[in-house]
Amino acid sequence: MAQRESADHRKVEREVEVDEQEVAAADTAPSELDADVDSILDEIDSVLEENAEDFVKSFVQKGGQ
Amino acid sequence: MGIETEYGISVPGHPTMNAMVASSQIVNAYGQYALRGARMRTHWDFDVETPLRDARGFDLSRADADPSQLTDEDLGMANVILTNGARLYVDHAHPEYSTPEVTNPRDAVLWDRAGVGIMLRAMQEAARIPEAHPILLYKNNTDNKGASYGCHENYLMRRSTPFADIVRHLTPFFITRQVFTGAGRLGVGQDGRTVAYQMSQRADFFEVEVGLETTLKRPIINTRDEPHADPERFRRLHVIVGDANLSDTATYLKMGTTAIVLAMIEEGVLSDTAWWPLKPVHEMHAVSHDITLKHVLTLQDGRRRTALELQREILERARAFCERERHAEFDDQTKHVLDEWQRVLTTLDEDPTSLANEIDWIAKQSLMEGFVRRDGLEWDSPRLQLIDLQYADIRPEKGLASRLEERGRLVRLFSDADVARAMTAPPEDTRAYFRGECIRRYPEAVAAASWDSVVFDVPGMDSLMRVPTLEPTRGTRAHVQGVLQGAPDVASLIAALTSGSGG
Repeated sequence: MAQRESADHRKVEREVEVDEQEVAAADTAPSELDADVDSILDEIDSVLEENAEDFVKSFVQKGGQ
Repeated sequence: MGIETEYGISVPGHPTMNAMVASSQIVNAYGQYALRGARMRTHWDFDVETPLRDARGFDLSRADADPSQLTDEDLGMANVILTNGARLYVDHAHPEYSTPEVTNPRDAVLWDRAGVGIMLRAMQEAARIPEAHPILLYKNNTDNKGASYGCHENYLMRRSTPFADIVRHLTPFFITRQVFTGAGRLGVGQDGRTVAYQMSQRADFFEVEVGLETTLKRPIINTRDEPHADPERFRRLHVIVGDANLSDTATYLKMGTTAIVLAMIEEGVLSDTAWWPLKPVHEMHAVSHDITLKHVLTLQDGRRRTALELQREILERARAFCERERHAEFDDQTKHVLDEWQRVLTTLDEDPTSLANEIDWIAKQSLMEGFVRRDGLEWDSPRLQLIDLQYADIRPEKGLASRLEERGRLVRLFSDADVARAMTAPPEDTRAYFRGECIRRYPEAVAAASWDSVVFDVPGMDSLMRVPTLEPTRGTRAHVQGVLQGAPDVASLIAALTSGSGG
């Protein structure tokens, strides 16, 4: 979680530099929706294949129609 | 109408495993499971397949053709015809499922989903073979490394419809329907080298406007003329631009709206329209690349329209057309397609993110943006690429589309029970009923079958008996149930059919 928070801070700082309005919009987002989205992301985290980079690299197909 | 889907296939940990062999394992495993006791050599009847015939009126000679265009080269490959009237086979190193012929978009969704269930079962059966490496299947269209494989739609049309009209009106429709048919892709360019999110899995693989090829230089309008029906009366329009959709709503709209546009083309009511884009192939890519939906297409007459504006113009014509026609075929479902089409276009305009529960590219985009926001991922992150891929994993516990469905975050049109039934039962209102029922009732006696024939090996007869099914709307339950019920074995079926009392 600590890593996640620091990542969020970095993200916010970047957005402040780029676009203050965008940050303001994010602040007013309904928190209930956020909680739901978070629980979906948590679930997806738990089912995502391990070692994303290798997994994606090894998905090589022959062309089809 | 019908849908044929080539599934992505991989054997994790064994990247050098031959894809054709793995695909054959999938098809054969399902064949063993579903048709236990049936004669496994129910062959595909290739007598009437003519993949090199071109709808523009000339035959491509075999010497001119790329080997990948020849389906009968694959004669030795696994092929199973199922009791639901579908075909499961190996095509170009992918397992492919072709739905039985259906008469409406809702049934197309149901038997397409039955295909996912069949592939899942095939995967599980293949994994039971001792020492087999687990095989994974994906309902997507690209590996993001340069390869693409298709999800093709087929529509029965009247032969008398001029092909030039089809090209002229369908091209702008296909370019702009991506706003609701796109399955979403992280990566731009055929090899996905440019890091950006786009609507369509397939768009970047289209290089020409019209042509016969499906595996190279893919055309927006495919001219393959292989009607699988009476060629004097019918054409089968083979549509290769579509993405494989996970969302039921997307499949429903894709099939329903296209069928309505084709009906307008058949009736010749679009002759006054001027929707032709100045650069069709460029616009095919540009519409897909612009997920803000603001890209403006330049039409040949100089008008400028966004994809949504052009779709709305087509929808208005479609509504006027359907209201004018009083045919029985413009039924409740057609009205429903029009209403859904309108609702989705309006919502795409006003609040696109609220379609994350119905439109694949928005569902996938929402997931990725969630991770970008929460974890500060960059868009070139392997985890986002994995989300793109795993969205289409057909395993319910692993596939992200399935996970969303489970939570009610992706709308389903059918229950698990409906889908399970469609895995074995054919649609009742097309010739697929006759094909599927024959395989169910006389599994030992069906020697071969194809879309437009069933070939029987009748005990006591020297030669095989070929029953042509050239009329797609014959051989329905209403037509043949009586004959089938009155025929305890295949000899009596043939006797009944040849005496003129059935079929």
